[in-house]
Amino acid sequence: MSQSKGRFGIHGGQYIPETLMNAVIELEAAYNRYKDDPEFNAELSDLLDNYAGRPSRLYYAEKMTRDLGGAKIYLKREDLNHTGSHKINNVLGQALLAKKMGKTRLIAETGAGQHGVATATAAALFGMECVVFMGEEDTKRQALNVYRMRLLGSEVIPVKTGTATLKDAVSEAMREWTRRISDTHYCLGSVMGPHPFPTIVRDFQSVISREIKEQLLKKEGRLPDAVLACVGGGSNAMGSFYHFINDKSVALIGCEAAGRGIDTFETAATVNTGRLGIFHGMKSYFCQDDFGQIAPVYSISAGLDYPGVGPEHAYLHDIGRAQYVPVTDDEAVEAFEYLSKTEGIIPAIESAHAVAHAIKLAPTMDKNKIIVITISGRGDKDCAAIARYRGEDINE
Amino acid sequence: MSKISKAFENGKAFIPFITCGDPDLETTAKVVREAVKNGADLIEIGIPFSDPTAEGPVIQGANIRALAGGVTTDKVFDLVKDLRRDVEIPLVFMTYANVVFSYGAERFMSKCRETGIDGIILPDLPFEERDEFLPVCREYGIDLISLIAPTSESRVAMIAKEAEGFIYLVSSLGVTGERREITTDIAKIVSVIRENTSIPCAVGFGISTPEQARKMAALSDGAIVGSAIIRILEKYGRDAAEHVGEFVREMKEGVGG
Repeated sequence: MSQSKGRFGIHGGQYIPETLMNAVIELEAAYNRYKDDPEFNAELSDLLDNYAGRPSRLYYAEKMTRDLGGAKIYLKREDLNHTGSHKINNVLGQALLAKKMGKTRLIAETGAGQHGVATATAAALFGMECVVFMGEEDTKRQALNVYRMRLLGSEVIPVKTGTATLKDAVSEAMREWTRRISDTHYCLGSVMGPHPFPTIVRDFQSVISREIKEQLLKKEGRLPDAVLACVGGGSNAMGSFYHFINDKSVALIGCEAAGRGIDTFETAATVNTGRLGIFHGMKSYFCQDDFGQIAPVYSISAGLDYPGVGPEHAYLHDIGRAQYVPVTDDEAVEAFEYLSKTEGIIPAIESAHAVAHAIKLAPTMDKNKIIVITISGRGDKDCAAIARYRGEDINE
Repeated sequence: MSKISKAFENGKAFIPFITCGDPDLETTAKVVREAVKNGADLIEIGIPFSDPTAEGPVIQGANIRALAGGVTTDKVFDLVKDLRRDVEIPLVFMTYANVVFSYGAERFMSKCRETGIDGIILPDLPFEERDEFLPVCREYGIDLISLIAPTSESRVAMIAKEAEGFIYLVSSLGVTGERREITTDIAKIVSVIRENTSIPCAVGFGISTPEQARKMAALSDGAIVGSAIIRILEKYGRDAAEHVGEFVREMKEGVGG
């Protein structure tokens, strides 16, 4: 059987309606034309440095290291980027590409709202029209981000279909793209969907691992022993892993949202509980029932509340290069509070999943080992929801 | 020769789409039989999917109702088997790639042949990915129906050359659902199709009135209607069969079959 483009092992591909095929072909051609273009890259670097605030800091979490009593812990501070998460890295790249392609309108899906805010920001900067699709459930969980997107001049459309969360927002953004292609770029927020999105988003996010490598070599003169990042679709994890894939001594650990536990139905841990399928343009692992109906997944984190995972992660799992561990709501909330109290850093609840696994892992490692945790975003947006989780009702 | 060609032997074809199990399987069986009685030339049976990304709100609703009613792929096959006791016109499935993949392509196509399904339409399986299922479709004699869209442009010839059964020409941008007007230059796309294949070509998406059906069928070999039929099911539920039958008769007259 011949394999189509954009494969990672058996995963990936382009499982999309015919209406969109020329759009993704055009996108791929544009990306191939610009990805190594010095002018494009100079423009993007300038935006990343002067607008987004890169490089992001690699911070030695000394107090946390001492407290856990094992491996030395560094935090890759993507939360310090403009708009408060790693999402801006990809969005600036895609928005610039869209502009080169002559597109005047961006559409995007968003879960926690971070990708929506980043897209709305880029649209404001580039003077483009912007429409963000967000599950109605998530507009309630992340009301602050809805306001931010509107403030930035974007339209936010609450999606009421299905589970009214991230997967439904992706479906609706895809539907909108089939309705209006000629002037519109679908600014997909994760390493998922049809080819070439998993590759484009990975490349734009790979700045994270490139910087980690440079920064750690400068500080410690060596590579880390483990890199940890949370995985929903998997963009910050893919960005954090990418430049370490060939460094076999570096353990790559993706932290999935287990929700109430992987032995319950209220989970979003795709690699741990899903199976091979075809959905949202890609072949990968998906949470689904016996007949291939996509499961209504659950996590406290709106950004990880997705029933699939990017195809390159599925591949890294298949070949054993990366490991994917489940982290429950309870563990993530504890880590959210722990990092706030220990280091004075409030992480996004998504990123707190990676922190939670580090809390388990670090004490089992020698003191001369080094762990890097990517703090993909900041947690201001989550404060009201975590307070509610703890039984406290605060106004946002 | 594909059995599907029979659907295009009674003048212009009228092809209704029905989501299986909306609101229940008994109703689907009645609706299909009424449609056949009133002149349907081929029926598209939708196997519901949780997240039908090519569908507008009306057919999304039908998918949700059907799944809520407990329809599974196995139950759909049972229904087809029952229909085949008396229904002789070609029947094709319309569903999403994951439904087939999850069931196992080989097992799925073998069941199609066993129960009497003639073809399959998968809106999320473009030309580039057809090898996912094509070898096994061929093995079991199930036509893998190709879709061509208003945005296909230079792809029309490539797709038409390898198409089987019939070509599903998507009339408009966007998802399924009724439209007041169809502005795509259908005639132009059909002429490219004709240059590249002799198999028939039917137009779908956005057709809801006999007048629209007549226009589209005049430019091609037939008209496909989904959302307008689902609306009747939405309105009349378990009593929809007779109303669907009446609608099918008007539409078949509309296409001038």
